[in-house]
Amino acid sequence: MIELEEVRKAFNQGRPNELWAVRGVSLTLPLKGLHVLKGPSGSGKTTLLAMIGCLSRPTAGRIRLDGRLISNLPERFMTEVRRATFGFVFQQFNLIRGLSVLDNVMLPAYPLAPNAGELRRRALALLDRFGIAARAGHKAEWLSGGEAQRAAVCRAMINDPRILIADEPTANLDSQRSQELLAVLGELVAMGKTVLVSSHDPLVFGSAGVSHLVELHDGRLVGAA
Amino acid sequence: MRTWLRRQRYLLDYSLGAMARRPGKHLALLLVYTLIVFLLASVMLFTHSLQREARLVLAESPELIVQRMVAGRHDLIPGEHLERIAGIRGVQGSYGRLWGYFYDPAVRANYTLLVPPNDAPAAGEIRIGTALARTRGLAIGDYLSLRAASGEPFAWRVAGLIASDSELVSADLVLMAEEDFRRFFAIAPGLYTDLVLNVRNPREVQTVAEKVSLALPDSRPILREEILRTYDAVFGWRQGVVFVLLAGAILAFAIFAWDRASGLSGEERREIGILKAIGWETGDVLRMKLWEGAVLSLTAFLLGYLLAYGHVFYASAALFEPVLKGWAVLYPAFNPVPFVDGLQVATLFFFTVFPYTAATLVPIWSAAITDPDSVMR
Repeated sequence: MIELEEVRKAFNQGRPNELWAVRGVSLTLPLKGLHVLKGPSGSGKTTLLAMIGCLSRPTAGRIRLDGRLISNLPERFMTEVRRATFGFVFQQFNLIRGLSVLDNVMLPAYPLAPNAGELRRRALALLDRFGIAARAGHKAEWLSGGEAQRAAVCRAMINDPRILIADEPTANLDSQRSQELLAVLGELVAMGKTVLVSSHDPLVFGSAGVSHLVELHDGRLVGAA
Repeated sequence: MRTWLRRQRYLLDYSLGAMARRPGKHLALLLVYTLIVFLLASVMLFTHSLQREARLVLAESPELIVQRMVAGRHDLIPGEHLERIAGIRGVQGSYGRLWGYFYDPAVRANYTLLVPPNDAPAAGEIRIGTALARTRGLAIGDYLSLRAASGEPFAWRVAGLIASDSELVSADLVLMAEEDFRRFFAIAPGLYTDLVLNVRNPREVQTVAEKVSLALPDSRPILREEILRTYDAVFGWRQGVVFVLLAGAILAFAIFAWDRASGLSGEERREIGILKAIGWETGDVLRMKLWEGAVLSLTAFLLGYLLAYGHVFYASAALFEPVLKGWAVLYPAFNPVPFVDGLQVATLFFFTVFPYTAATLVPIWSAAITDPDSVMR
């Protein structure tokens, strides 16, 4: 269970350009299924996802994961939780240019220092599962949008996280690629993973596979279903 | 332990990959870094070689030399002084030496003229150092003509070239017969440039020197150890001067390294943000960057040191010859015996790697603490 309790987040607090991106969101999401945060640009979706995924801390409020408070951990423990629990697919994919697809996929596992052969096998299995094994040796910048998206999903899954967080995953994809991505996310849900997606794409929040739809506006919760 | 090693290997792999992806930046830094190590190592190796060489040469020189002083200046010493010191206990043998300098305006160089105690050339003949032979274009059988103190020209036939283990001191040497020397410099019989004493027990040299001072109040004894110390001081001083000049270069390098490390490109900052977002800790990023610095430092150090080694021991230290060898115009073909001194390597390592590490640590730290959510914004 992911529980948010009066979560607020301010940027540039105390300065003239202070901005409250999230203004008191309380929410409970089960650790199962595909949950979508819906809302226009600037509604606070990405900020909320970043806080749930231990990428940043709320200015006020609490976030719990399976009852464990994760919103006020020191950086080192926060990184541990992030690494062990969450996988991230970013809007711009954020694959590292110049590195091969395989190296990009293996990157999150480096600090855990698994056996090199075992890590390579795991990464190749993921690439194979998501249909881009033939691109393993190619440089990341040579991939098409859809392939880069799938490579990003493989990278997010390399440490076998319980929760996958995807920020506007279809923003750079055409309809066909978006449908393919939804199929991939559905596959992950079928594998027992929890998928948290932020999107203002009707194709995503209108998808039949969505378990929970959370709507945000101006940093506030305006609806949940 | 195995996990720790494996993690370092992953980080090192990533660092090497990152460096290969930005070859321009890293090659420029490597080039400047290598140049700095090369300069410092060249000076150190060359100075130590000179000191070693001087020690080797002087090891054969007499333990004690006695010079006569007149009004605080070195003057010719009468042969009778030999009798006055011959009776001092511990003195094994003594003889008078004849040597002097001659400025040759033809090549604007100073020669050292010397009468060897044994195996002196016959009258009218000389043996000369190889640098002198090179400069004057002389071979065996040729004649060398110099203008004597009386104003008359003096000509000698070159009977041989001096084969010496160290050309450093024999380069400008002219060996001749005693009568030629006296006539050339107009030195009366019975006078010598200085006196040489051989002492049986090296531990008695100091005592003998004190006794010589008492027996010959107008003379000063010079110990071999004192000459060695003077050579060390002279070469050490020259090394110091060069180091002071190079200190500016080291500072400029530290500023350059700081600039390179702090001027992380947007691409590099983004990369660090991605690494942190996908689960790398600040410590992992820091270690990765330190590996990058270590690879760069060690490569530059090794390359710089090897180049300096070649420069000093196989190219006669062509860059530093004039400043470190002194005023001599006849440069000897100086081929010192190659050596590696652990303490010297450690000192050099400290003076090059430490400034680089210190200059880059803060910028690296500031890059490593990039917020992981920066890639989401």
